[in-house]
Amino acid sequence: MLSIKNLKVSINDKQILKGLNLEVKAGEVHAIMGPNGSGKSTLANVIVGRDGYKIDSGEIIYEGKDLTGIEPEIRAREGIFLAFQYPVEIPGVNNVYLLKAAMNAKRKHRGEAELDAFEFLDLVKEKMKVVNMNEDLLNRAVNEGFSGGEKKRNEIFQMALLEPKLAILDETDSGLDIDALKIVASGVNGLRREDRAIIIVTHYQRLLDYIIPDYVHVLSDGKIIKSGGKELALELEEKGYDWVREEADAA
Amino acid sequence: MSSPQDNILAENFHAAFSAHQDANAVGDLKSLSWLSAHRQSAFDQFQKEGFPTRHHENWKYTDVSRITKTGFITANPTHNAIQTDELDKLKFNTENCHELVFINGQFSAEHSDIGSLDDQVVIGSLRDALKNTPELIEKRFNQFAKKNHSRENHVFAALNTAFFHDGAFIYVPDNVVIEEPIVIYYISSHNEVMLTTAPRNLIIMGKNAQASVIESFHGLKGVVSFTNTITEIETEDGAVLEHYKVQQENTDSFHIGGTHLKLHRNSRVESHSISLGGAIVRNDIVTDLAGEGAEIILNGLYMGNGRQHVDNHTLVNHSKPHTRSDEYYRGVLDGRARGVFNGKVIVHKDAQKTDASQSNANLLLSDHAEIDTKPELEIYADDVKCSHGATVGQLDKNMLFYLRSRGLDADTAKSLLTFAFADEVIRRIKFAPIREQLEFNVGGRLPGSDLIKANLSSARQN
Repeated sequence: MLSIKNLKVSINDKQILKGLNLEVKAGEVHAIMGPNGSGKSTLANVIVGRDGYKIDSGEIIYEGKDLTGIEPEIRAREGIFLAFQYPVEIPGVNNVYLLKAAMNAKRKHRGEAELDAFEFLDLVKEKMKVVNMNEDLLNRAVNEGFSGGEKKRNEIFQMALLEPKLAILDETDSGLDIDALKIVASGVNGLRREDRAIIIVTHYQRLLDYIIPDYVHVLSDGKIIKSGGKELALELEEKGYDWVREEADAA
Repeated sequence: MSSPQDNILAENFHAAFSAHQDANAVGDLKSLSWLSAHRQSAFDQFQKEGFPTRHHENWKYTDVSRITKTGFITANPTHNAIQTDELDKLKFNTENCHELVFINGQFSAEHSDIGSLDDQVVIGSLRDALKNTPELIEKRFNQFAKKNHSRENHVFAALNTAFFHDGAFIYVPDNVVIEEPIVIYYISSHNEVMLTTAPRNLIIMGKNAQASVIESFHGLKGVVSFTNTITEIETEDGAVLEHYKVQQENTDSFHIGGTHLKLHRNSRVESHSISLGGAIVRNDIVTDLAGEGAEIILNGLYMGNGRQHVDNHTLVNHSKPHTRSDEYYRGVLDGRARGVFNGKVIVHKDAQKTDASQSNANLLLSDHAEIDTKPELEIYADDVKCSHGATVGQLDKNMLFYLRSRGLDADTAKSLLTFAFADEVIRRIKFAPIREQLEFNVGGRLPGSDLIKANLSSARQN
């Protein structure tokens, strides 16, 4: 589904990703772990097409097509979704409206008919249950006045509603207490499907206790320096990142 | 007036004024010597001062030379035609209201629907009221002139006094509450020559009286006009007034307007000024909080695109203790539009315990748009609470990206955020038909407007 080859990306002339390779197939859950500043968020942002990142070389192939130069909204409509690390508050833009506009933009892109108001609201209410989201939040402005946990839940709720093919969760566990973490994790687990891939970007192993990944990758200084199964996350939690780096340097 | 061109202009005006004094436009009011005196004194004032130039502090950013070259052909009673369907399209969706319609400054009894009124309430044409109840008007008329003409250099106000033909007169006696809003439409519909109209309005709220008044200015498509309007408002003790001014002239027209308020003890005015149209626009709101406990809310939105120029000046005088003012103005400027905001608050020596806050936020949507904003605070009392602030910014990149990452195209995302910014002002309008129409009109100016309208209806369904 996603194939990243020798990707080099810089921000303001500083190279952050320095030749990254990653293969993600449908149905898989990949965890990208690494210390602060290793390039995790850059990777997440460059896949969804955020401004300000320059691709120096390499390619990001999604469903057989190179994403370079594709507008973020087109990527979204094609099924790529980012659950933000810091979801922004947007005063004056109604939550329901955003959802409806997002949903209809995607459906139109695929040549499907728009949902009518009743179908849409039924669907919204069904998906809110995925993360036990309070219905009152629906009628508020996007993320405005939401607690940290509510913002993260809202991201997963949007993901449930928009049913992406490729979901990227950027530090979704940060700012969540253990109860909220469990709710969010069970929401994400409920969204695991054969035709959907999930990339979890995280500094800590904590979230991976609840969302068990198929693969774990260690990102350090802009490259993936080690890949393994779910047990690698536990090893990292126990021993830190230094031994992986030393191992990579030695090789 | 110095240049030869100005001299020619002055002569033109002189001739126009003489003709105006003699013609039927004024003739039937000629028996009111106090009114003639006001007109003469205003005209003398105008002759003495001439039009403002950018050397005048109050006009530093607004060049009116394009207006002063327009010829000032004043409308006459034959200019009162409009098609009913054209008029209906401009109206707010209000079922029950007292409605006054002025076409090119001429009161149109045919199109107005004043409805039934309680005893002693007056809602109608100022011209009629000058004939029928001049005693209600004489003491209140042109009060601000003594104070402000020279200092504020409101030459346009003086011209209005000298040349006005008609306007609305609203008199709400003590303890009367008018529940249905009073809606006044001023429509420029004449497209053969560019007409100057000078609506003159007077609103008197008795003790504990309550009312809502909406002034709505429109130009029909293809009509170029100059509207020079003045509204005087006086609220007696305990009166409550909601005042709306909605300016949607077309973008080739000129609009200069002054609203002059005097608030007595414990009276309260909520002023909403929404300025969307016009090539060159200037709105002045001058408030005197003249009684203890008086309170004014000033809520404003101005939007410009293309080469529109929109200038809002407000002045609040806190003259007595325990008075309160709360000002909230926002501007959205795109294209090569230019905005000016000048908000001045003066806390006079006696006005202890004044509470004054002011905020002006501006959104610049293009590199060529410009705003000059200047909050001013003068405090002569020592026990007061005052705050003010002004901001200028662009759309938030993180918000834009968030919306696009959910599948909204860039134009729609921009429009949505722009609308949300403007709606911070519009949503403060309590009166739903005005709020809803303005939301539609503001949303309708932006790319992807259908989606914004859907946003409004989805917000409303919930």
